[in-house]
Amino acid sequence: MQHKVVDTKDVVIRFAGDSGDGMQLTGSLFADTSAVYGNGLSTFPDYPAEIRAPHGTVSGVSGFQVHIGSGKVTTPGDFCDLLVAMNPAALKANAKWCKRGAMILVDEDAFDEAGMKKAGFTTDNPFAELGVEDRVLLVSPITTLTKESLADSGMDLKSVLKCKNMFTLGMACYIYNRPLDHIFAYLERKFSKKHPEMIEPNKKVLTDGFNYASNIQAIADTYVVEPVADLPKGTYRNITGNQATAWGLLAASEKSGLPLFCGSYPITPATGILEELAIHKSLGAKTLQAEDEIAGICTAIGASFAGNLAVTTTSGPGLSLKSEALGLAVMTELPLVVVDVQRGGPSTGLPTKTEQTDLMQALFGRNGECPMPVLAARSPAQCFDAAFMAAKIALEHMTPVMLLTEGFLGNGSEPWRIPSMADYPAIKPPFVQGSLPEGETFQPFKRNPETLVRSWALPGQKGLEHRVGGLEKTHEGVLSTDPANHEMMVRERAEKVARVARELPALELEGAKEGKILVVGWGGTYGHISTAVHELLEEGVDVSYAHFDYINPLPANTEEVFSRFSRILVCELNSGQFAAYLRGILPAHEYVSFGKVQGQPFLVSELKDRILKEL
Amino acid sequence: MPTLTAQDFKSDQQVRWCPGCGDHAVLASLQRALPKVSTALGYEKERYVVVSGIGCSSRLPYYMDTYGFHSIHGRATAISTGIKVANPTLTVWQACGDGDALAIGGNHFIHAIRRNIDINIILFNNQIYGLTKGQYSPTSKFGAITKTSPYGTVEHPFNPGSLVLGAKGTFFARSLDIELKLNEEIMTAAALHDGTSVMEMLTNCVIFNDGAHKSLSDPAVKADRTIVLRHGEKMIFGKNRDKGLVLDGMGLRAVTIGQDGYTEDDILVHDAHSDNMGMHMMLAEMKGPELPVALGIIRDVKDVTYDDGVRDQVKDVMVKSKIHSVDDLLRSGSTWEVE
Repeated sequence: MQHKVVDTKDVVIRFAGDSGDGMQLTGSLFADTSAVYGNGLSTFPDYPAEIRAPHGTVSGVSGFQVHIGSGKVTTPGDFCDLLVAMNPAALKANAKWCKRGAMILVDEDAFDEAGMKKAGFTTDNPFAELGVEDRVLLVSPITTLTKESLADSGMDLKSVLKCKNMFTLGMACYIYNRPLDHIFAYLERKFSKKHPEMIEPNKKVLTDGFNYASNIQAIADTYVVEPVADLPKGTYRNITGNQATAWGLLAASEKSGLPLFCGSYPITPATGILEELAIHKSLGAKTLQAEDEIAGICTAIGASFAGNLAVTTTSGPGLSLKSEALGLAVMTELPLVVVDVQRGGPSTGLPTKTEQTDLMQALFGRNGECPMPVLAARSPAQCFDAAFMAAKIALEHMTPVMLLTEGFLGNGSEPWRIPSMADYPAIKPPFVQGSLPEGETFQPFKRNPETLVRSWALPGQKGLEHRVGGLEKTHEGVLSTDPANHEMMVRERAEKVARVARELPALELEGAKEGKILVVGWGGTYGHISTAVHELLEEGVDVSYAHFDYINPLPANTEEVFSRFSRILVCELNSGQFAAYLRGILPAHEYVSFGKVQGQPFLVSELKDRILKEL
Repeated sequence: MPTLTAQDFKSDQQVRWCPGCGDHAVLASLQRALPKVSTALGYEKERYVVVSGIGCSSRLPYYMDTYGFHSIHGRATAISTGIKVANPTLTVWQACGDGDALAIGGNHFIHAIRRNIDINIILFNNQIYGLTKGQYSPTSKFGAITKTSPYGTVEHPFNPGSLVLGAKGTFFARSLDIELKLNEEIMTAAALHDGTSVMEMLTNCVIFNDGAHKSLSDPAVKADRTIVLRHGEKMIFGKNRDKGLVLDGMGLRAVTIGQDGYTEDDILVHDAHSDNMGMHMMLAEMKGPELPVALGIIRDVKDVTYDDGVRDQVKDVMVKSKIHSVDDLLRSGSTWEVE
């Protein structure tokens, strides 16, 4: 039957199923297909910490949300237009995210008595029980149809059932008029080497799902989301935050001419960076999977001393373990990039969920007075530039630098116009050139009077032998407990970090240059807050927005920008850490904190409500 | 290249260990050994990096006129590992104590050995925490009375040798602080060995654990209570060189040559290069009164090293990969054009 084709600006699709149902892959393939098609997009994987939580339970539900649009898309969307629920638990966990008028596609075969009981339904109508019976319900026997589709494939039942997600993906592709070629190409790439026999069956299930959707009456309309019309010309790709972080570090390695060394210990959700770097040995990257978090940073510090671009990657609990060694890097004034992909805390907390709760730890979580530059990435693709800048600052200012990203950024993805490395600046560490005049010895902590940065002599350079370490020293590198020397060195190390601000881009304003309310955010909330602010601006609301990529030091014009507003509303995914920080260093302004600590990103709707309340 | 002398490795810093501390002798041994290493391997002075953790012995880098890194407690092995991987042409020496390497830094210690990274670890074992003024360490004897064990410890000590060999170490040697010649010999061999070399130095802490090793170092008994093992030589010891080691059933036994029918032909020959971990383990674990404590190089075997592996893999992938620049990388995989 023919369905009516509706042109729409944007849609949000949420794929949800058991953690073994392949929902992350299904969502990623849908996203990649849309990216290649030319849509704007943003993704949000939302999965449990357990690899295979108890089958069929609400705690084991894994979700992947994709937001595609014909214009720029900066958030994965608050609520969805289509919810795919592979079992009753997935429906139960996700029904609340359905828009009024949303479609809900479920696998009827999974809604048997046992499945309903495991998900904790008490009646035989789960839709009514969840209050979503008025949505467009697409109840299809997906398991049965997948079995029928592959009846002649000769595959065993277990393998057949694994293809359910492809049937569903085929249906989703029909509903949103997505071509299947990109997914075909993926299947060929994935299976060509080890399991070529899997290519055709998967293509068949996908196509059968697509065709099935075209034949059922319950689907009244299909939707077209046109490619973005005014995209800048260029080559594009889809990229996750963790991948972009790894690539940004590789870019800094190339621009500085220093080999990249990454010492890390696997930890969710940061592991993807180590995995990505481990692939790229052809660019000279060395990765060391350390015996623990402390060895991760300490091997990196050793590599830095020896002249590599040194990196360690982690998440909150790992950052706690690295604290003492961070102090060593500050004290020895060695360049080091520490990437913290933040997750829900404290302690083990919510390992797979997103938060911005490590800010204070990043700024102050060390013994002694121990400042280091702190940067935050604002979107998955922007992690590339953020990582590049973190490395540039570290190498040129001889200091460890903390780069904060978030699980939401690390695992989320967006299309990215591929830059050219010719447009990136060279990175020039303060190496000691040549040898010293006869009779002179190298003074490791003698500073450049402008920047207060020390020079870098590498082991292997003749005549520059020197010792560094955790004990306080003089400029000459001699151990000293002299009170005046200690205070001078403490102040110099802090001032060195403060002077990084001279090289940072100015804080930019979106909206009016002055007014009643300035909305402030930092890090990965950029997409949500900017969407909320721009929607309000379009509605005629008088509001402005400033987003911080640099947290320590703050951009030099911060105070001046703040002074043009009566009140500053600080929105962040914690209970007010950036607000408290700003109150401490720029106390002359009135701050209001809007914090959310649920392990979930902001909703654009809740941000708009909160901003309106402030006006 | 001009010949280096011990003097070239002495820094201008005042050595601040207590008078009579065993660390002085180990420092002197190292300063004498490195010129020999340089002659043997053609190393310039700037190739040496000396790394340490925290503790009395960890002050050593300040006294060496080389590149040096005095790091944090327990982490020297991790720092050394990073230095060696970052620049494999450097020759890395590490000074650490029994608390530093075997308590707080135990994890890094065993994993460096497992990886067989080419670093040289001098383990100063005085069986006490000296810098914090006298608490028991993981090598303190069972029942040791210290400030934190006023009624005696109730825990077993590590034998560093067993730990190294248990982690499949490729080089383990032991010496006494005062044995300058033997120390030099061990340090030179450690430098020539590719892989993690662990040199246990039994040192005396004159303040908090004086005489810890006196039962071995006392000239009156030393020759009878210790045996210096040398590859290819008979395991003979004793003041009169009349004692030796034989295999007795599953274990070792000390016998007197000429007694009970034993002749010199019965005495075992030391094979430090043998893969036989069992024999090296028995030698490392020998203790009195029945058996002498083994000094010298107990194990020195060849195996692949971590730093070579890392370097070779990078070279190999560089040749095979199509990605040779970040621009190549950015354009690899799935991309699309917007016209």
